[in-house]
Amino acid sequence: MKRTRLSDLKPGARAVIASLPEGIPSLTRIRELGLLPGTRVQFVRRAPLGDPVEICVRGALLSLRDSEAIHIEVDPLP
Amino acid sequence: MTATTMLTPLKEGMVYALVGNPNCGKTTLFNALTGLKQRVGNYPGVTVERKEGECFSQHGVRLKVIDLPGAYSLNARSPDEAILRDVLLGRRKDTPRPDRIICVVDASNLERNLYLFTQILELGVPCILVLNMVDVAEKAGTRFDIDRLSDRFGMPVIPMVASQKKGLVELKMAMSRPDLTAPKPLLDAMPVPIRGALVRSRENLATSGIVSATASPLEPLYLISGHDPTHYGIEASAVKAIEQAREQVEREIPGWEDRLVAARYDAIHAALDGIIRRPDNASATLTDKLDTFLLHKFWGWLTLVSTLGFLFYLIFSVVEIPVGWIEGRFEWLNDIVKGWMADGDLRGLITDGILAGVSGVLVFLPQILILFFFIGFMEDTGYMARIAFLMDRIMSRVGLTGKSFLPLLGSHACAVPGVMATRTIESPRDRLITILVSPLAACSARLPVYLLLIAALVPGEMVPPLTKASILLGLYAMGIIGAFLFAWLFNKKLLPGAPSAMILELPAYKLPALGNIVRQMWSRAWMFIRRAGTVIMGLSILLWALLTYPKLGADPAKPLSEAAFKSAALEHSLGGRLGQAIEPVVRPMGGDWKIGVGLIASFAAREVFGSTLGIIYSVEETEDEDESQTRLRDRLALEKHPDGRPVYTPGLCVALLVFFVFAMQCLSTVAVVRRETQSWKWPLFQLAYMTGTGYLLAVAVFQVSKLF
Repeated sequence: MKRTRLSDLKPGARAVIASLPEGIPSLTRIRELGLLPGTRVQFVRRAPLGDPVEICVRGALLSLRDSEAIHIEVDPLP
Repeated sequence: MTATTMLTPLKEGMVYALVGNPNCGKTTLFNALTGLKQRVGNYPGVTVERKEGECFSQHGVRLKVIDLPGAYSLNARSPDEAILRDVLLGRRKDTPRPDRIICVVDASNLERNLYLFTQILELGVPCILVLNMVDVAEKAGTRFDIDRLSDRFGMPVIPMVASQKKGLVELKMAMSRPDLTAPKPLLDAMPVPIRGALVRSRENLATSGIVSATASPLEPLYLISGHDPTHYGIEASAVKAIEQAREQVEREIPGWEDRLVAARYDAIHAALDGIIRRPDNASATLTDKLDTFLLHKFWGWLTLVSTLGFLFYLIFSVVEIPVGWIEGRFEWLNDIVKGWMADGDLRGLITDGILAGVSGVLVFLPQILILFFFIGFMEDTGYMARIAFLMDRIMSRVGLTGKSFLPLLGSHACAVPGVMATRTIESPRDRLITILVSPLAACSARLPVYLLLIAALVPGEMVPPLTKASILLGLYAMGIIGAFLFAWLFNKKLLPGAPSAMILELPAYKLPALGNIVRQMWSRAWMFIRRAGTVIMGLSILLWALLTYPKLGADPAKPLSEAAFKSAALEHSLGGRLGQAIEPVVRPMGGDWKIGVGLIASFAAREVFGSTLGIIYSVEETEDEDESQTRLRDRLALEKHPDGRPVYTPGLCVALLVFFVFAMQCLSTVAVVRRETQSWKWPLFQLAYMTGTGYLLAVAVFQVSKLF
């Protein structure tokens, strides 16, 4: 499937992280939490007000804002 | 165990540090290890909780245990993480560098938890790895080969369920081993160019005296990689050199931090290969099912509103019972003192200064206990993170995150516990903004003043209750809007900078450990009594003196009724004279010197406004509070300027209401803000901006009202 952004996934969709830009401080923390190129993620849901989003990575549930998720490119899994 | 190791017992007082991610059950383990033998305090200079305790080895040797703040990484991004980094690197003078580390990881979330562990391994300190909550992971179908894990990491690995004390004996046996050695780092070699760059930056930092020339290269690593503009825990004089060192390494190896993260995860992946087995198909967990409901578009909000409604019921209604009891006790004490002592300065000091001060501190306790029990309960179950998740969007409009929501909400009961609750906000900037705007929320002490002034504004029983209710609602709304506007303004102007990213973990739900919650609640309450209590007490005595001295001697030629004498004595006191001195300031908002005195007194606590006006206007006090209130209201309606115009015009009433919405009139909050920001700068700033806004708006309201 076509490469897209983490923030554009639909609830329940699974994907593999393709790339994160380097040098954005908040993204370094996201990397430290285990979101690296090649990591599988699941988009769990959006908050009822539309932001932030909840994802599942390496067995943990994390919440990110769109402002971060928009930088993360993913390859959706079928 | 060999004979030699048996003969060399552990050093008495050896220091163990507990280290782990947030939500890994570290504190539960700490409590299980140390029981009641623990001390809770603060790291000097920051509001990070410091917990120390004691336990005994299998052979009765006393060991010290420090529960270090939860952290995801030694690359500090919050004051909590900076404390962890500095203690582990031996950079804090107030805390000894631990002799041994117990690294606690959540077994269900092993890879992510091991990231911090890979950093710990490099410190060269003997380690024990605790796989906590192993029951949950095994129930989900994960299997661990503990022996091989222990072999691979070269340290004891203890599977545990800390909440049930399962594995505690095994952990204590491991802690009692005298022969633990420093583990081998997991990264075989830190990528060579990165290491080289770090050694060079160490030389640069050593010339400025920021690290010692023989420091491990890890020290520059974690100092310069603190990818945070605030540089927590680093002296301001060192920041520039650290920035330069960071830029230098970045120039040599662009993206080095990100590469290092990837190298660590690769090493974890390799280390776990063949040691843990995960089920192929993970089924929906209880947490997934609960979240479907609790984060639902409709049910989620309904749950949130009912939960918070229940909290409000507790802090507004139920709290009356213990508060009434405390006040009753103090009245009783007051009467005893009055029965025992003759009227005089000392008696006045004891009853109106000291006893009033102590009871002024203690009446906050029920609210603090309830709010912190509630917060502890929601944090322990995991629901707190969901509240932040639900509310984040709204708070982000003014540059805050969802974590600021609960402290702001709690401030509607009382800003004291509200400000104390901001400790759950990691970002110091968000925390400060939340502290600064919290007292704008209409707290319960404003309510009696609002009711009195509304009664004076729309007098008579003919006014439909709806009118009064909508005025009251408007005042609450004004407080909320004010808090949001100022948060937005501070975010833009006062503390500009990139808004903090809200990266929030939503931990798995679990049953709350009541013991932990109660412990936490008491330690907060105790901290309030000890730190804020002393300030409140001192200020209360000061205010009593201000409104008492110099004293008015009774004039036998002109006998006065008791109420009239009290009124004259107040007028004669320094506070009364101050009221007269500030009359020119109060006049633009429609007041006279009497209102000035009321306002001065209300800076101790807003609710004092009514009783002070009562004294000034010589309103006889009655046993029945409603009756006193009605009498005071009727008295206000009769009050006239010297030229015969009524004082309490609608313009003045509205101006006073607006003043009370915005002005900072609460010594207790000032004391707590000083405590929580560790300086007088912010409480004074808060006093100035809030009172200034209140005054300017009150003047504007009154001046406009004169045009009609």
